Amino acid sequence: MALEHADVLRAAHLARLGLDDDEAAHYLDDLGRILAMVDQLQTLDTEGVAPLAHPLETTQRLRADEVTEPDQRESFQRCAPAVEQGLYLVPRVVE
Amino acid sequence: MQWETVIGLEVHVQLATRSKIFSGASTAFGAEPNSQACAVDLGLPGVLPVLNEQAVAMAVQFGLGIHAEIPEVSVFDRKNYFYPDLPKGYQTSQMYHPIVGPGEVEITLEDGATKRIRVHHAHLEEDAGKSLHEDFHGMTGIDLNRAGTPLLEIVSEPDMRSAKEAAAYLKAIHSIVTYLGISDGNMAEGSMRCDVNVSVRPRGQASFGTRAEIKNVNSFRFVERAIAFEVERQIELLEDGGEVVQETRLFDPERDETRSMRTKEQANDYRYFPCPDLLPVVLDRAYVDHLRDTLPELPADKRARFQDQLGLSAYDAGVLSASREMAEYFEAVKDACGDPKQAANWVQGELSGALNREGLPIQDSPVSATQLGGLIARVMDDTINGKAAKQVFQALWNGEGGGDANSADEVIEAKGLKQVTDTGAIEAMIDQVIADSPAQVAQYRDAEPDKRGKMVGYFVGQVMKASRGTANPQQVNALLKEKLDALC
Amino acid sequence: MHDKTLTELAAGLAAGEFSSRELTQALLARIDRLDGDLNSFISVTPEQALDAADQADAARAAGNAGPLTGVPLALKDIFCTQGVKTSAGSKMLDTFVAPYDATVVEKLRAAGTVSLGKTNMDEFAMGSSNENSFYGPVQNPWDRAAVPGGSSGGSAAAVAAGLVPAAMGTDTGGSIRQPAAFCGITGLKPTYGRVSRYGIIAYASSLDQAGPMARTAEDCARLLTAIAGHDLRDSTSVARGVPDYTEELAAPLAGLKIGLPREYFGEGLDPTVESAVREAIGVFETLGATVREVSLPHTHFAIPAYYVIAPAEASSNLSRYDGVRFGHRCDAPADLTDLYKRSRAEGFGEEVKRRILIGTHTLSEGFFDAYYKKAQQVRRLIRQDFLDAFDEVDVLMGPASPTPAFDLGAKKDPVSMYLQDIYTIAINLAGIPGISVPAGIVGGRPIGLQILGTHFAEARLLNVAHQFQQATDWHLRRPALAEETL
Repeated sequence: MALEHADVLRAAHLARLGLDDDEAAHYLDDLGRILAMVDQLQTLDTEGVAPLAHPLETTQRLRADEVTEPDQRESFQRCAPAVEQGLYLVPRVVE
Repeated sequence: MQWETVIGLEVHVQLATRSKIFSGASTAFGAEPNSQACAVDLGLPGVLPVLNEQAVAMAVQFGLGIHAEIPEVSVFDRKNYFYPDLPKGYQTSQMYHPIVGPGEVEITLEDGATKRIRVHHAHLEEDAGKSLHEDFHGMTGIDLNRAGTPLLEIVSEPDMRSAKEAAAYLKAIHSIVTYLGISDGNMAEGSMRCDVNVSVRPRGQASFGTRAEIKNVNSFRFVERAIAFEVERQIELLEDGGEVVQETRLFDPERDETRSMRTKEQANDYRYFPCPDLLPVVLDRAYVDHLRDTLPELPADKRARFQDQLGLSAYDAGVLSASREMAEYFEAVKDACGDPKQAANWVQGELSGALNREGLPIQDSPVSATQLGGLIARVMDDTINGKAAKQVFQALWNGEGGGDANSADEVIEAKGLKQVTDTGAIEAMIDQVIADSPAQVAQYRDAEPDKRGKMVGYFVGQVMKASRGTANPQQVNALLKEKLDALC
Repeated sequence: MHDKTLTELAAGLAAGEFSSRELTQALLARIDRLDGDLNSFISVTPEQALDAADQADAARAAGNAGPLTGVPLALKDIFCTQGVKTSAGSKMLDTFVAPYDATVVEKLRAAGTVSLGKTNMDEFAMGSSNENSFYGPVQNPWDRAAVPGGSSGGSAAAVAAGLVPAAMGTDTGGSIRQPAAFCGITGLKPTYGRVSRYGIIAYASSLDQAGPMARTAEDCARLLTAIAGHDLRDSTSVARGVPDYTEELAAPLAGLKIGLPREYFGEGLDPTVESAVREAIGVFETLGATVREVSLPHTHFAIPAYYVIAPAEASSNLSRYDGVRFGHRCDAPADLTDLYKRSRAEGFGEEVKRRILIGTHTLSEGFFDAYYKKAQQVRRLIRQDFLDAFDEVDVLMGPASPTPAFDLGAKKDPVSMYLQDIYTIAINLAGIPGISVPAGIVGGRPIGLQILGTHFAEARLLNVAHQFQQATDWHLRRPALAEETL
């Protein structure tokens, strides 16, 4: 499946990665070769094979509904780039 | 052209767990910003989710409550998008294998008719945080306390055909989740939120029209108003030769309109894939059966029982089963007085009137169900008459009486409201009134016989007054007529 | 002291030959002197280390010492360590001081070990050479012109250079085993779910697994005993008892059935590596094992499947680095999109971006079935290959890497770098355990023998590796750098 410049820009936008056109061109080349390698998968017949998401195929364990986490806001916000009145700050969100 | 409206609802219900769906942080409402956002909720590097068993149980209970299929296996997926209130850059949700399969909800329309609305599925997911738009030097503040609160998203089929049906469906969902105790259903605090899909089509057309999705409509009233506006907008557009655009719209309650949330954003591509940090949830039969066996009676069943077994009208049964609190109160009154119809009349009449005046929910009623039942019992055994009963009710409302089933008796005793049924005593009062009212007696005598009936009222009032309301009104009436007519 | 194995150091501490403080000081001094160009550490934490050493010595004095009390080690900088910078080798987390400890870190602390610091790594564990670190490449102690392997290159180099007796690594597609092979040490990737992932910065959640890197299999057995086990905070960790992995080390290998996957000895395998590996397998025959060829027919689909699954998971796992709650944030963002795009463009390195883009693309609408679903189907076939093989043999053996360590800067093309992991990647897809043990030196660069077992066969793998190390001395060879004394 051939990759186009627009595909790279689209993926970059979805992933919120700033790329200029030159960088996108560079990645287009790399990604094209990686996908060509990945495309070997298409030569394999997997009809009727169930997808495997986890190597052990075990089931989800459930947690008791208990409050176990104390307030650690101060500790957690020490590594935050911009905080005011306990809130994380971001450029204005327009709805 | 005749247009038909087609509506489907996505209702998000916050589940009333103590802790979050994937972490041990508290879900309590109204805490200091970010004080209930733990490492997992913040999506700190390295953290992992573990599923809350209560969230699973509540989702299954809902499924059983709408007679849905409960698949043995459900799977969590990641819905990937960037937004500041979404800490990990993905929402853990269930795209392909939801915990609740197809089911149905019965709604009651204003004329008492019922209709079944199919539920496509319901799935578990985590709530996002909140953006606070107060001005922080041109910045927005993010509070992640709500992030990770368990949500059950209930997706209906496009089975509703009017705003009223949509509102009735939303009320039915509200009543099911509150009956089950799996949500407080508080729409003002966002415990229940709703996205509405609306389209119109020429009546008789089989295919659906293009729909608009109205996001975050957060009250029963707004649902009706948003749909009303949107339907009108779409019809106008189509009749003017335009086309409805598939888009997300926002309801503005202040202007009473919906408006497009159009942004320059490219169409979203959420890149759903199975969450590799969570394993498939497998529910064994015995577990589901146990939850089914312990399910409380739900509104539709209760309504049917109130009609079939208690002999209530469809309307009364609907009102009294609308909320779990209302139904529990009514049933306690009924048990205390032994008469479902009297209990229904009192709960919907005197009690509801008083609650409405004070703006109180029924669970905060100053008159308890056993007190009210005790009062009704005294009306039914003729201990007091209707007028006195209202006085007793008011006294109980004001906190008089002991607080148990005997409260009414204590008030009756203290106020001397016991009904006088002794004929001799009533006759004595009548004689006194007649003796004290020569002018009225003369008028009565002079009147045409067919006008006299209305004139009895004056004498009844005087006798009742003399008895301080305790005389049996039927007896007073009969004896008065007898005595007055004897004078003619 | 630096030339002793972890097992020997533990014995020395127990015998009172030296204190943990003395040992810690000696190793800190070595790091200080030798790690400059080697660059195996991102952070060295002398104060915390000496505090922990003193606590260990006090515990020993009080009679409360366990088998690892006072033993120094290092942690790949992907394990969250409370109060200590945890960078994952990325500019994105250059200022991130973790506010909590990973479960592995808690367990190692509870066992009384002393962390000397955090080791260098490929950014977010994406790489096979340690050249993708924001903190610069790591040199191979055997040959300063060679890479140490990756992504746990710093851990491997630090152990090989005698800066620490052991270090913790993580392995998503070979990131413990390949650097262990390149640096001439022993490295174990346990069964997926054997060791908790809680607090380990995620690369690809369904493949990531932490494990020990040390001089000998016996050292690895001691460390695995300390870190393995069910963790209520990791849904994918397995509720299964943890044996004392040292107990079976001495079991004789007579009758052991060894399988050699045909596909692991084919085209692309450096002949010098092949002869070293075959020679090592000959050693097992002298120990009473039988050897036969087996087939893992889907081997060549492992790298393509991996480069769908791992980048897809990574693209999602790395979305949390958005400049809002932690990590790099660009200057003066104009709006929200600018905040995201610039913070991430500035914070992530080239390889990380490449994998995020690949993963985003393969998950996007219209491609999901052809890539992700297909890769998961192939994943099942790959796992089945191994399960079928283990019906016939006890363990599989082959090279850990097709070549010895290559030169720094030699592999510019990402695909040729990816192909390096041909013998290690399928193991992560299948979730089985694997260990790399030193098995030769060619041109001054070590060769690793990889031994694979079925799910939860760690005790057997360690036993087999240990018996090999009883019969050979490759694991005792040291680079010149490690011989240097202060």
